[in-house]
Amino acid sequence: MIRKSRSHITQNESLLFELSSPGKLGYQLPALDVPAVDPAATLGADNVRAGIEGFPEVSEVETLRHFSRLSTWNYGIDLGLFPLGSCTMKYNPRINEVVARIDDLAWAHPYQPESLSQGAMEIFAALECSLCEIFGMDAVTLQPAAGAHGEYTGIMLIRAWLAAQGDPRQVVLVPDSAHGTNPATAVIAGYEVRNIRSNEQGMVDLTALESSLDDTVAALMVTNPNTLGVFDENIAKVCALMHSKGAQVYMDGANMNALVGLSRPGDFGIDVLHSNLHKTFSTPHGGGGPGAGAVGVRSHLEPFLPHPRVRKDPQGAWTWDYDRPRSIGRVKAFYGNFGVIVRALAYILAHGSAGLRNATLDALLNANYIRKLLEPHYQIAYPAPSMHECVFSDARQAARGVRTGDIAKRLIDYGFHPYTVSFPLIVHGAMMIEPTETEPKQELDLFCDALISIAHEIETDPQVVLHAPHLTRTSRVDEVAAARKPVVRWKPA
Amino acid sequence: MRYLPKSDAERREMLAVCGLGSLEDLYAHLPAETKLDRPLALPPGKSEYEILDYFKARAAENAAGYASFLGAGVYAHYRPVLCDVVASRGEFLTSYTPYQAEIAQGTLTTIFEFQTMVCQLTGMEVANASMYDGSTAVPEAALMAMRITGRERVLVARSVHPEYREVLATSARNGRWEVATFGYDAASGRLNMADLESKLNRETACVIVQSPNFFGVVEQLKDAAALAHQVGALLVMVFTEAVSLGLLEPPREADIVAGELQSFAITPSYGGPFAGIIATREKYIRQIPGRLVGLTKDAAGNRAFCLTLSTREQHIRREKATSNICTNQALIALMATVFMSVYGKAGLRELAEQNLAKAHYLAGGVERRFDAPFFNEFVVPCRGRSPEAVNAVLLEKKIIGGLPLGRFYPELANCLLLCATEMSKRADMDLVREALQA
Repeated sequence: MIRKSRSHITQNESLLFELSSPGKLGYQLPALDVPAVDPAATLGADNVRAGIEGFPEVSEVETLRHFSRLSTWNYGIDLGLFPLGSCTMKYNPRINEVVARIDDLAWAHPYQPESLSQGAMEIFAALECSLCEIFGMDAVTLQPAAGAHGEYTGIMLIRAWLAAQGDPRQVVLVPDSAHGTNPATAVIAGYEVRNIRSNEQGMVDLTALESSLDDTVAALMVTNPNTLGVFDENIAKVCALMHSKGAQVYMDGANMNALVGLSRPGDFGIDVLHSNLHKTFSTPHGGGGPGAGAVGVRSHLEPFLPHPRVRKDPQGAWTWDYDRPRSIGRVKAFYGNFGVIVRALAYILAHGSAGLRNATLDALLNANYIRKLLEPHYQIAYPAPSMHECVFSDARQAARGVRTGDIAKRLIDYGFHPYTVSFPLIVHGAMMIEPTETEPKQELDLFCDALISIAHEIETDPQVVLHAPHLTRTSRVDEVAAARKPVVRWKPA
Repeated sequence: MRYLPKSDAERREMLAVCGLGSLEDLYAHLPAETKLDRPLALPPGKSEYEILDYFKARAAENAAGYASFLGAGVYAHYRPVLCDVVASRGEFLTSYTPYQAEIAQGTLTTIFEFQTMVCQLTGMEVANASMYDGSTAVPEAALMAMRITGRERVLVARSVHPEYREVLATSARNGRWEVATFGYDAASGRLNMADLESKLNRETACVIVQSPNFFGVVEQLKDAAALAHQVGALLVMVFTEAVSLGLLEPPREADIVAGELQSFAITPSYGGPFAGIIATREKYIRQIPGRLVGLTKDAAGNRAFCLTLSTREQHIRREKATSNICTNQALIALMATVFMSVYGKAGLRELAEQNLAKAHYLAGGVERRFDAPFFNEFVVPCRGRSPEAVNAVLLEKKIIGGLPLGRFYPELANCLLLCATEMSKRADMDLVREALQA
C-alpha cells in the first residue's frame, strides 16, 4: 500500500521559446540619467549585433508561472527523504539563505579594499578554523569550488610536496570502491591510476595495498567511511604503511557526515582531505550546485596551499597573503565560493560542538535503523557494521528479473526519491541508502514500508515494478534515444 | 537541537530495534586510536537570532554604504526580484543533480533552456549545463582543445583576466602541458597580432583571447581566428562581462567559448559562487566537459529531458573521463536563466546600451590609456599621483574607485581600471571624473 503519496494535478508548460511573442516585456529599466550613445558609432558597426535571434520575449507573470510550474515537476528535500548514498541530502536550514543575502556580504566585491572587507575575511578565517578542529587538520583552504575541485587541489598539493623532495612519482592508488571523481582527478593532476581491490569486509585489502606499493606511488586516495558505509578499521595501519614508503594518504571527505565529532581524519593519519560543504555542512545542492570543496592538510603540506591565504597583519587586521613562494598557485579566481562558505559557517554556528556530534549520532542511528528493518527483505552487501549509510544488493530480487534501477523507479510511486543506483561498482546491483540525521522516524518508517511493500510486489507482480513509475507526470524516460542523436538546444519547428 | 527531528523516546525506540543500548554503541566498533576522546573545541549552538546578528555584524565591517566602480571580472548589475523568488523555491533549491529524470523534469527543463539561451547569446551550437566559474572554464576549454587537436601547447593573451591565467597556469603545471603568453598592443589595448603570429605554430592547440578584454577593450576576433585557423589551432574566446553580449557581435569565429555569467543575476558575493559556461560547435559535442541535458521522450511519448552523453563523465568513465568535474552550478544557472527570461531580447539589448552609455559618460573628459572601443570598462592613467592616491580621495567620499593595475601589469602601475554599469549613479560618476581630472 502506498501511504506517503497520491497523485494530483500538475500543469503542462511550454518552453520559454514557445511562450515567446514579439513585443512582450518582462522588465523595465530606469530612464538613463546620462546621454545615450550610438552603439554603431561607439563600437564600430561591425562589432554590433542584430537582435539575439531566438531569445525569448515573455512577460513577468508568464516568467513567474513558467518557473513555478516547472518547479512542481521536481522532488526536493523540502518534500521528503532524499536517500541518495554518499550524497548527504540533509535539510538545508533557511537561516543560511537569509544570512548569505545580507547586502554587504552578498554585494561585497572581491577587489574592494581589505580595510572594507574585514567582515568577509573574518568569515573565511572563522570557517577555516572550525573546519581545522572538525577535521583534526592544521590548515584549511576554502578556494576550491566543489568536491572534485578539492580532490584536484589535494592531489596537486601532494605532487608539489613530493616534487620539493626531488620526485613527484607517477602512480596514485585508488580502491575499487572509490567515487569516479577520484581516478579522473588523479589523471588530470598528471598521475597514472592503479586500482586496489577491497577485502571481503569491503575495506582496503592490506595485502593488495602492500603488493601495489613501491617507490613510484605518490598517494592512496581513500574514502572513509568508504562508499559501502563501512569505517575502515585498518585505516591507521594503511596510513602508516603509506608513510613508511614516503607516500601520502588523500581522503575523500564525501562521507564526513559519519565522523564529525566522533573521529578526526587528521588524528588517524590522513595527510589531506576535502569535504563538500554542500553535503556535511548543509548548503543546498540546488539541482547540482553550487558546492564548495574545503581542503584540510597537515602542517607539512601547508606551504603549498593555493594563494592567497587569509592571515592577520601585525596590526591585527585581516589581509590576503600572496607571498607564498611554494604555493601550487591558484585553482580558482578570487578566494572561494564565499556565498557557500557563509552558509556552512551558519550551520556550524547553529549546531555548536555538542549539536554537531549529536547530528552525527542521529545520522548513524537512522542508517542502522533502516538497515535493521530492511535486512529481512534485501541482501546486505557486506556484513561489516554500517556507519551513516547502508548498501544492499538486488541479488534476491534479480532472481525474479527485477533490478536495482527498477526498484528505484518504483520508489518514486511511493513518494520517495530513489537511493543511489548501481554504485559502488563493487556491489552487483547496488542499492546505496543514506538517510542523514535530518529525517524523522515517521519518514524512515514510511520509507522502509515502501521498500518492503516493493519486495512483496516483486514476488507477486513484478511487472508493476518493471514498468514503474506509474504515478508521475513523466513516465520512464528514454535515455538511450537522447544519447543516440543528441538535441541539446531548442530550435524552431 | 532544532535540525534534529527526533525525541529521545524515539531514539530509544530505534536503538531497541537495532539491538543497541545507547547512541555510543553505534560507533563502538571503531578502533580506539581513531576515536576523538573529547568534545570538539567549538562554541555552543546558537539561535537563529544570534546567527543573524553575527553575520550582520560581519557585514557592517565590509563596505557598507559605498558606491563602487570596480569591475575586473565581477560586475554589479541589478537583480530582478524573480531571480531569487524562483531560486528560493524548495523544489529547485533542495533537489539533487537530475539523475532521476522522472522527478527532476523541472531542473532538466530549465537547464535545456539555459543551454539554448547560451547558444543564442554566443552564436555557438552546443553549451553545457554550466561550469564552476569563468576562471575554471578556461583550463577546461584548453584541455578540450588539446583533445580535439592532439596538441599540447596553448597560447593565451595577456589581456585575458590575470586570475584566469593563473588558474590556467596551475592546471598546465600539473597536467604537464605548456602555456605561453602573447601581448597586447600598447596603443589600442587590443591583441598584438604580430606577437601572436610569431608565437603560433603547428604545435599550438588553441589561442585564448578575451572580449571585451581585461581592459574593457573590444577585440577583433576575426583576425585572431584567421591566424589560429591557418595553423590548425582553435580559437577559444573568453568573456567575463555577459551583458556585453546583448550588444556585441557574438564570437561566431570562435571554436570554443568559455565565459562567466556572474553578470546575470549573481551577486558579487566576494568572488563566488558564480557560473561558468563552455559552448562550442556541434562537431565537438563529445569533447565538451561537464553535464549536458538532451531532449527525449518518456514511455508515453511525451516530451522529456534527461542528462545525456554521460559516457564522457567521471562517474561512468572514471580515469578515462573528459574531466573530473562533477558539480555544475545548477542553482546559479537557474538564476541566470530567470534573468535572461525577464530581460529577454529587448531588455538585454537596452541593458547593454545603458552600460555602454554610463561607461562612456564616466570616461567623458578623462584621459584613457587605450584608444580602441570599449564596452563598460576602461583604463585611466593617473598623472602625477598614484592610483592608490586617487582611490584614497574617493574613499573619503564613500566611493570605491577603480582597480590599480600594477599588481597584474607592472607596465600599467600608474593605471586604474574603472567600470560603470546601469546601477552607477550620475552624481557618483561626476565625483569620480572630478577626482580623475584633478
